[in-house]
Amino acid sequence: MVRFILQKFVFMIVSLFVLVTATFVLMNAVPGSPLQREKATTPQIQKNLEAYYGLDKPLIQQYGIYLKNLLKFDLGISMKKRFYSVNKIIADSFKYSLRLGVVSVITSVIAGCVLGIIAALHHRKFLDNLAMVLAVIGLAVPSMVMAPLLQYLFAVKFRLFNVAGLERPLDYVLPTIALSSASIAFIARLIRTTMTEVLHADFIRTAKAKGLPGHLIVWRHALRNSMLPVVTYLGYLVAGVITGSVVIEAIFAIPGMGKFFVQSVVDRDYPLIMGITVFYAVLLMVCRFLADIAYALVDPRMRNFTKKVA
Amino acid sequence: MRIEGNTNTVVQANVDLFAPIGRDPSGKERIERKSMSTWQHIRYRLFSNKLAMTGLVIIILITLLAIFVPIISPHDHFTNDLENTNQPPSWNHWFGTDDLGRDMFVRTWKGAQVSLFVGVAAALIDLVIGVVYGGIMGYYGGKVDEVMNRIAEILYAIPYLLVVIMLLVVMEPSLTTIIVAMSITGWINMAWIVRGQIMQLKNQEYALASRSLGASSMRILFRHLIPNAMGPIIVTLTLSVPSAIFTEAFLSFLGLGVQSPVASWGTMLDDGINALTVYPWREFFPALFLSLTMFAFNVFGDGLRDAFDPVMRKS
Repeated sequence: MVRFILQKFVFMIVSLFVLVTATFVLMNAVPGSPLQREKATTPQIQKNLEAYYGLDKPLIQQYGIYLKNLLKFDLGISMKKRFYSVNKIIADSFKYSLRLGVVSVITSVIAGCVLGIIAALHHRKFLDNLAMVLAVIGLAVPSMVMAPLLQYLFAVKFRLFNVAGLERPLDYVLPTIALSSASIAFIARLIRTTMTEVLHADFIRTAKAKGLPGHLIVWRHALRNSMLPVVTYLGYLVAGVITGSVVIEAIFAIPGMGKFFVQSVVDRDYPLIMGITVFYAVLLMVCRFLADIAYALVDPRMRNFTKKVA
Repeated sequence: MRIEGNTNTVVQANVDLFAPIGRDPSGKERIERKSMSTWQHIRYRLFSNKLAMTGLVIIILITLLAIFVPIISPHDHFTNDLENTNQPPSWNHWFGTDDLGRDMFVRTWKGAQVSLFVGVAAALIDLVIGVVYGGIMGYYGGKVDEVMNRIAEILYAIPYLLVVIMLLVVMEPSLTTIIVAMSITGWINMAWIVRGQIMQLKNQEYALASRSLGASSMRILFRHLIPNAMGPIIVTLTLSVPSAIFTEAFLSFLGLGVQSPVASWGTMLDDGINALTVYPWREFFPALFLSLTMFAFNVFGDGLRDAFDPVMRKS
């Protein structure tokens, strides 16, 4: 078990290092200096600017400084929003993304499980078909179609919710639905497949034979055993929610990190691009790492993990 | 007749008690059904799956329209007509026009071309890299497998949308860039599927037979093992198309992908969203066909998986 965690941890660090290095190399491979403007500047100003961003040093030294600053969680200074550090921008915007993300992840898991359980319990009957049609629609309708549609129907036509923003609790409803529909669908299908299998298992028959009431069988025995694939999926769910929020934040005008990320790419604001990329990457990889550990903890077969898994 | 047991006891059977029955003359035991090969079975299962067939028909229709509409139509996708901006659907412009007076019908099918091209191209690149990499991993095993698997794992851990966006910063935003960027991590899934299949298949008798006849490793791998792993490969291939289509639309929607005047469903959605309340058709048609295409590929892929894997189907 300890070995398993250590192994995963080392991989995470290596992956992060690869990404960080790749980011640095890519950003420096772009032709032209990021400080070049349409307006001509005097060589002295250019020099001062380069010194301010540390671009006057040799590349290897820049890389070293960059790594050292990363270890101190210092992501540098934005080039377009002068005097704003990347840390500050992330700190200001991330709280919106985080709230929306957490709400979406919880919604996905709960709604997905409920839908999946209903489908599995009514296998091949009307409710199952209905749930699976909903799931296919959830998978097929992309967020950038779903979001404006919801916005138009429920905010513009019926005026039930605000069109944009994330101030009142009710404002979360539409972005959350748009953001989690695909993962709800995915989880529902996952639960349905494993649960129909589990429901035929011997221990379920034993539980029934003991006279355990139906809801207890589902809750205690069937659901716990069907949750395993969902736990593995959690790491990727977080990734999906974070990347998906880039679009959702644009549509619902939420001042979250995704919006700044796209803006930084359009502006070619290299420190900000690098900073947000690294921040996203750390977040995602840590989530996957935790999901791996959670899986190992939940699945008793993984507890006496000694050999390498093939 | 003497039947010998495994000890030395000899049992004497009375031959007179047995009589040959010969062929059944009434034909009661004849097998009426034509015997089917594996592929015939798969085709049969696929064709009798209504949802999957609906998906296939939609895919074919969209492909045909995407090819022929831009050729046949009197309009094209890039000419501005500033006297006829934001027209609702009419006999002349079936899907209306956009804010520059461009015909939405042609633009929608031009967008379909882009989406289908991206989807198929990305899937094919994933196929080639994934099959070769995964095949080698699975066939050689041991140290080779371990090292190659670690490399794949490290790449896989990097969130792929970040890689795509980073590459779009460095390279010009274009279709090629999008496809290249998606391929950097897209092949890993395919490689792992192939690896698992090859590891199972390489110990089969026909692989041993081929080796004892002196076939080279590459010949065994590509002529014998890969063709037998075709089922999962095709399923993975089909299901990777909608995710590539989604990624292209996602990037173009954010303004990071295909640039105007090239029509892409993503850019059209982005254009239409600002005018949603006033000119809803500008959002409606790209939204409808993007969803329909993704739906079609998803259900067709699911149908293929069920057809190839009847065990999954039963559950």
